[in-house]
Amino acid sequence: MKLLLIHSLIAGVAVYFYFQHPDAIIPYTALSTALLFLVLFSLLWNSSYFYHRSYYRKMPKLLHFIMFFMKELFVANMKIAYDIITPHYHMSPTVLAFPLRLKTDLEISILANMIGLTPGTLSIDVSADRKFLYVHTLYLKHKDIEQLKLHIKNGFERRILELTA
Amino acid sequence: MEREIDWVLIKDIISCIFILFGVCIMLIASIGLLRFPDFYIRMSAITKGATLGLGMILLGMGIYFNQPGVLLKVIAIMVFTSITAPVAAHVIGRAAVQNKIPFWEKTNLKEFQEYMAKEHLEQSVNHDKYTVEETTRQKDVDGAADIE
Repeated sequence: MKLLLIHSLIAGVAVYFYFQHPDAIIPYTALSTALLFLVLFSLLWNSSYFYHRSYYRKMPKLLHFIMFFMKELFVANMKIAYDIITPHYHMSPTVLAFPLRLKTDLEISILANMIGLTPGTLSIDVSADRKFLYVHTLYLKHKDIEQLKLHIKNGFERRILELTA
Repeated sequence: MEREIDWVLIKDIISCIFILFGVCIMLIASIGLLRFPDFYIRMSAITKGATLGLGMILLGMGIYFNQPGVLLKVIAIMVFTSITAPVAAHVIGRAAVQNKIPFWEKTNLKEFQEYMAKEHLEQSVNHDKYTVEETTRQKDVDGAADIE
């Protein structure tokens, strides 16, 4: 996690100063910036194969996680927008107790953050013994609470466990 | 006949699409804030709308200005808002539960019951909270009238 921040900072600052330079070979566009950043970052990432093996393995999983998260955020907004525009409510709000497998503070706060941004869900509280996360949700498919729990478990919790383990 | 492609125009159009999309999302989210039935549903509508809408508007702006410094700042703002917005939502939601803000009557609270019993928050399930208060106040008024 630390290494990721350091690498992206190095790549970002390098790209920034490269384009500040007046006679840069590649002209500045959004696309060329993104490409240059990705090339630098992947070089740094590949170099980590020699000194930080677990970071080398986790990087693709992090990318998957970010893509999955963007998709969920977009779907959430579309669902809520549809419900707002059409005159009748299609929602069936529920408060469910989600059993946590995550243990540390960082993992639980990442999960609560992610839940705060996915389809109509809002994390309300964590029980004092850290075994349950109380989630307020708007959309239940076929009124099936277990299915939604399984979705959170396989979608978010598994990925966070993979990243932090 | 070949015409040169006007890249500036294309850039403007793309940034316009992004900004319009973001503004639409924010507009829809604020309509939802007005018309949803209870506090918690409103909270979950507004956090997502604000995060995605702000991200889209800023991305459009970054493409429009076409400078490395602006793009860098835009990406930083997007990352930090998407980290902090749900934290605020969680804190407000938790404060609302602790202060016994009532849920919508169609909310399924089966799994939440136990927690509320432990924390002495049962009152928030009682949807007639306001009417109960009113009747007691009415009784007080009646009692005062009797004394007179």
